[in-house]
Amino acid sequence: MDLNTKFTPQSWPDHPETATMEAKNKFVGFWLFLGGETVLFATLFATYLALKNSVPDGNEFRTETLFELPLVFVMTMLLLTSSLTSVYAMYHMKNYNFKAMQLWLAITGFLGLGFLALEVYEFYHYIHLGFTYGNSAFSSAFYTLVGTHGLHVAIGLVWLTLLILRNAKRGLNLYNATKYYTFSLYWHFIDVVWVFIFTVVYLMGVVG
Amino acid sequence: MTTVSNSVEQKKGFGAMLWDWLTTVDHKKIGILYLIGGGFFFVLGGIEAMLIRFQLLIPNNDFVSAGFFNELITMHGTTMIFLAAMPLLFGFMNAIVPLQIGARDVAFPFINSLGFWMFFFGGLFLNLSWFLDAAPDAGWTSYASLSIASAGHGIDFYAIGLQIAGAGTLMAGINFLVTIINMRAPGMTYMRMPLFTWTTFVASALILFAFPPLTVGIFFLTFDRMFGANFFDHTMGGNTIIWEHIFWIFGHPEVYILILPAFGIFSEVFSVFARKRLFGYSAMVFATVLIGFLGFMVWAHHMFTVGLGPTANAIFAVATMAIAVPTGVKIFNWLLTIWGGSIKITTPMLYALGFIPSFVMGGVTGVQQGAAPLDYQLHDSYFIVAHFHYVIVGGVVLAILAATHYWWPKMFGTMLSEKLGKITFWFFFIGFHMTFFLQHFLGLMGMPRRVWTYMDGQGWNLFNLISTIGAVLMAIGVIVLIINVIITTAKNERVGNDPWEDGRTLEWAIPSPPPFYNFAQTPLVRGLDSYWIEKQEGHNGYTAAEPVTDIHMPNGSIIPFFMTLGLFIAGFGAMYRLEHDWGLPVLIFGLAFTFLTMGIRSIKDDLGYYVTKDQIRRMERGRD
Ligand code: HEM
Ligand SMILES: [Cu+2]
Repeated sequence: MDLNTKFTPQSWPDHPETATMEAKNKFVGFWLFLGGETVLFATLFATYLALKNSVPDGNEFRTETLFELPLVFVMTMLLLTSSLTSVYAMYHMKNYNFKAMQLWLAITGFLGLGFLALEVYEFYHYIHLGFTYGNSAFSSAFYTLVGTHGLHVAIGLVWLTLLILRNAKRGLNLYNATKYYTFSLYWHFIDVVWVFIFTVVYLMGVVG
Repeated sequence: MTTVSNSVEQKKGFGAMLWDWLTTVDHKKIGILYLIGGGFFFVLGGIEAMLIRFQLLIPNNDFVSAGFFNELITMHGTTMIFLAAMPLLFGFMNAIVPLQIGARDVAFPFINSLGFWMFFFGGLFLNLSWFLDAAPDAGWTSYASLSIASAGHGIDFYAIGLQIAGAGTLMAGINFLVTIINMRAPGMTYMRMPLFTWTTFVASALILFAFPPLTVGIFFLTFDRMFGANFFDHTMGGNTIIWEHIFWIFGHPEVYILILPAFGIFSEVFSVFARKRLFGYSAMVFATVLIGFLGFMVWAHHMFTVGLGPTANAIFAVATMAIAVPTGVKIFNWLLTIWGGSIKITTPMLYALGFIPSFVMGGVTGVQQGAAPLDYQLHDSYFIVAHFHYVIVGGVVLAILAATHYWWPKMFGTMLSEKLGKITFWFFFIGFHMTFFLQHFLGLMGMPRRVWTYMDGQGWNLFNLISTIGAVLMAIGVIVLIINVIITTAKNERVGNDPWEDGRTLEWAIPSPPPFYNFAQTPLVRGLDSYWIEKQEGHNGYTAAEPVTDIHMPNGSIIPFFMTLGLFIAGFGAMYRLEHDWGLPVLIFGLAFTFLTMGIRSIKDDLGYYVTKDQIRRMERGRD
């Protein structure tokens, strides 16, 4: 594949993310990878549900008293919005508008960073209350599930930063179009997982 | 061989050759690496098995200590499943599947190499436990109530080693899936794929969905042991049964990850040496997919005695027995493939013929165990040991040995001796039945599995003695195989494209071993058993789908090796973090090293290179 081919919005293919053999492979491979990730999170969810509120005698921590929805709601909004902005970015990618794509991706990144910062604050707050990782089976399961998601967000942010910086000078080509596209898939995936965490952990937790 | 690559090869010193193997992304070479790695661990696991059998030779024996015995059985099981059987199968998948579908390479050559190194370093990490601390001793299933309480670092070696090796397996699985989905030659529709390719496909899908639970389970175990988590500690609200569920949600599909490729190998061998089209091809494909699907529905048959209740046990018992149906379909299809064929009893065919009765016995005991009330009697007895060795040795290992003889000429360009091959077979086959047949009865007589020794006067002595003698016979068979490999390699008599003369699938249409680009021109596939079709029409080779054009090939890379090395180092840091100051820095250094090398990979564009038309023409001419 030749990286020097210069495209115009007219000559840019309709589906740049699958325009070459390598791209097709990455595309399919990444979908499959997300399939595996789904099972990974499913296992974490199942364990969390089994251990939810399961604490030793005398331990006071319960979902009903611990979680505070306003904070989590703000986090949810940040992440959902970042998914939307990444859709805008992909829209511009398909139209071969590199600058606009980078801009929307940067916005996506900042929203993700905001989410992560709030999550760190949330954990810090719980730990301050004494709800540490080793406090109970419930706490271990909670931090592992939500923390694994947080780790995915963090990895996504590093990936995104590298993509934006790395390609800033060279613009779009058929080699990195797939990289951008798979990133957006990943980001949507993380978002969907969060929707489940919000529902299963927080909403169902507060309701009891 | 070609003049061009010959002159290149002759110039290579040892250093250059080592570099070549460390950096290779060629699926054929990675296949060979898997065979070497898997073969090494197979011998290691075999030695552990011999020690186990010598300990059980006579009652009240103290050949090994009780603690060491626990380490032996744990490492034997873990090594054989994760480090021997799977990698050996991966070796053949790597070497053969791209050829069978008419591809020049796999979908992700880089990730393929990464997968190999992760398996190898993971296995190394696990086995270093013998020297550095204590080996894991909670069984290959590592049930949490045992593993949480196990002192020393043995279990940590298990957890971290399997974590690294397991990640490699997952990568290999995704690579095979995408290769088969995307890289098939024109005309190679799904329903024309050889059965080995089909079973690789389904087994890879099982890997994709079964390994993530194992990853999570092992993380829980690691966190519980090393980072103060409480998943399995009931005094803190945890639940040790969670481990059993997670382990078997992985574990049962795992046994099908092993057996399906074995089914694929035998399907190839039967139709080649019966010189007949595989009977009921579409039923075979359907049965493969169905087994793969049902494989996820039956994990609790390993937990009948845990006390999940009669409803759960009944559901899982029925699901378990249902798997016997597609398996039976396969057995009958093989029998009908041989039926009326013009049979050639070669070494691979001997293994295939020996496989049918052996595996059927394993399947029958499986269904017996699947009857929950009966399993209360059988569970944790030697009956179980007999069952899973009948399916794993009588199925998977026989298939690996068959494939070794069958594809050796394709991979190395020279034939293993048929005479020695048959000697290996008879020693191994007779030894196998001698070792494991009587263990059914030991189980029924009440001998529990995983016991260090037993008392005299229970009527178990004779059967244990015979069992150990059988194990010696198997070991002799393996030694003969190793001698065979050495002699064959030394003689190095080159063979042509189709040394068995009855090859049906595309790998036999190209030279042995194939050139690094596999097919000079992309082949056109015109039906099932496409090389057979060509031969029927008097063609030699395959029909090309395109004129000779420049071929795009990936560059080799040392990065997979270094990325894995980083994880390997980090593993030690994580493990010794609590008692040594250097632990944390080493952990951080290892991870940083991995991410750094990974970063280099993502920042450097690696577009591969082209082999030009002229070069290909010259190399192809040099061959004949
Ligand atoms: C007809 C198909 C099969 C059925 C119905 C079946 C059924 C069972 C059952 C019910 C158990 C649990 C027994 C107990 O622990 O009480 C078991 C154990 C086992 N099976 Fe099978 N099985 C089948 C095929 C296979 C195959 C193809 C393999 C491997 C290639 C396999 C490998 C194992 C292993 C390794 C164990 C023991 C695990 C352990 O506890 O360490 N089975 N099988
Ligand atoms: Cu099972």
